[in-house]
Amino acid sequence: MSWTLFLQHLANGVALGFVFGLVAIGYTLVYGVVKLVNFAHGDIFMMACFFVYYGIALFSFPWWLSFLCAIFLTALLGISIEKVAYKPLRDAPRISSLCSAIGMSFLLENFATVVFGGRQKPFYQPQILNKTLNIGGVRIQLVTIVTIVVSIAVLLFLNYLVYKTKMGLAMRALSHDFDTARLMGINVDKTITFTFAIGSSLAAISAIFWALRYPQIWPFMGVFPGWRAFTAAIIGGVGSIKGAMTGGFLIGMISIMLVAFLPDLAGYRDAFIFIVLVFVLLFKPTGLFGEA
Amino acid sequence: MYKKRSFWFTISLLVLFFLFIHYAQTNFDAYIVRIMNVAAIYVILGVSLNLINGFTGQFSLGHAGFMAIGAYTSALLYMTPELKAMNFFIKPLIWPLNQIQIPFFPALLIGGLLAACAGFLVGAPCMRVKGDYLAIVTYGFSEIIRVLFNNLQSITNGPLGLKGLPTYTNLWWSWGWAVFTIFFIKRLIDSSYGRALKAIRDNEEAAEAMGVNLFRHKTLAFVVGAFFAGIAGGLLGSLVMTIDPNAFNIMLTFQIVLIVLLGGLGSITGTVISGVLIAFLMEWLRIVETPMKIFGITIPGISGMRMLIFSIILMIAVLFFRHGILGDREFSWEGVLSIFKKGHSKEGE
Repeated sequence: MSWTLFLQHLANGVALGFVFGLVAIGYTLVYGVVKLVNFAHGDIFMMACFFVYYGIALFSFPWWLSFLCAIFLTALLGISIEKVAYKPLRDAPRISSLCSAIGMSFLLENFATVVFGGRQKPFYQPQILNKTLNIGGVRIQLVTIVTIVVSIAVLLFLNYLVYKTKMGLAMRALSHDFDTARLMGINVDKTITFTFAIGSSLAAISAIFWALRYPQIWPFMGVFPGWRAFTAAIIGGVGSIKGAMTGGFLIGMISIMLVAFLPDLAGYRDAFIFIVLVFVLLFKPTGLFGEA
Repeated sequence: MYKKRSFWFTISLLVLFFLFIHYAQTNFDAYIVRIMNVAAIYVILGVSLNLINGFTGQFSLGHAGFMAIGAYTSALLYMTPELKAMNFFIKPLIWPLNQIQIPFFPALLIGGLLAACAGFLVGAPCMRVKGDYLAIVTYGFSEIIRVLFNNLQSITNGPLGLKGLPTYTNLWWSWGWAVFTIFFIKRLIDSSYGRALKAIRDNEEAAEAMGVNLFRHKTLAFVVGAFFAGIAGGLLGSLVMTIDPNAFNIMLTFQIVLIVLLGGLGSITGTVISGVLIAFLMEWLRIVETPMKIFGITIPGISGMRMLIFSIILMIAVLFFRHGILGDREFSWEGVLSIFKKGHSKEGE
């Protein structure tokens, strides 16, 4: 394999790593604050793509407006899911809310099948993002670069949000000790709502980049990116943003490099990812960066 | 005396039940018989998953994987060599699998045993991995199985799956196994093992401090649960006559979780009721997917509506009936008799 081809794969792996990383952060934020594995996160991811699709198909919005609307709507969706499915079970045993999350994922998928139809739909690709750049012999699509740049911007913003603002302080306090935080006068409901909004908009952003890369959308498209991102979050250690990003990178790289270097084993990609997961958990039961 | 009476009640109920099965097998409509078979398989799956999730408190999402192992192993053993040759037209089946054929019952058993071995492999790391992490590890396991079966073309025929399997499954097989599963797991729950399992569910540290061997009991639950899931997989394969790796996905596991939840985590009776209920409900809901005429207006059938209603029922069950149909209560003859003898309910104890 030539050096330029390797760089090309590397760029793709990094972009995919960011996509997985952003979804994984959605899992991590929610888990950190409410200690709940949001199994519906992958389906929130799917819904975001359909919001974009219908924004362009029904209302003929320009693509950037459609993207922005989709991010906003997805945040609303995330909040309402929390209100309907998770809030009533906050004091119930863990297994109840776990099952509620599974049920919600099931519900969203079947809702999408009935309302949007089960067949695959093409995702709109803006002409401008489809350009291929040639940087010293390395051919990289513009969308790859945009993915990387936007993701870094989002991460910087997130870092500011979690570590510099009052809301971020409240989130960290809740993840540290729920009851004490409540006693200290933190508005628990508001913080949880905010967390779901942030997590869901991250899912929407990464969903858009995912769909630009693989432009076919259908009701079950969220299942695999969702589970892989969840695996990424666990490998990194649920509750840690740094961990989620690291896990996302690891999985993005495995996904791209395995296909590129060992095409014979490409079919085993998911098995390989889960074997990595099991090994990490066997040696570090709470993930690489622990539960922060 | 009460124990003896309960024993004879149970025996006579079983005799009546199998007489009914005999009658149903010969006289009922083939469609109803098929749903009854599915119901039995759901009962086996639900009760075996309840042993892991409900009685031991280890949230497992690996049941579809165990089923896949059971279904494939038994199918590869009971299919005739000619049938195998017809199925494996892209890559031939490896020797000695392409030569042998054994009867249905031992094939099922071997399938169950292999699934049990897989159950051991999954259960073993659960010493280090707990709670939500265990759920993802078990899910990961069933996903690995699916990916492997999709790729091991010369053993499983890959994504093409196996078609035209002989139909051995009838009501005798399915309900026979269902009754055996209930009997076996009920005996296990009532033994000292069962009490240890419940202790692990309620408080792992306390159970360990009281001398419960965590590793042995947790893996035991996984091994027994996986064994019956493998048997159910074998029965299902022979019932629907076609298996492919992608049928054994997370959706299937979720359906079984739903059966356990609706019935009540930790109640065998509840699981049996909800297993039968869901088998019939899923068929009954097919009506909403066929066009209907109400008051002269034709309502077109909407595909996918069945699963949507199913998932709404699941959400309602989780949110409003948190303990399922029966919670963790069980059927008992004393309970039934006490309905007839008002005011003397505690007599039998």
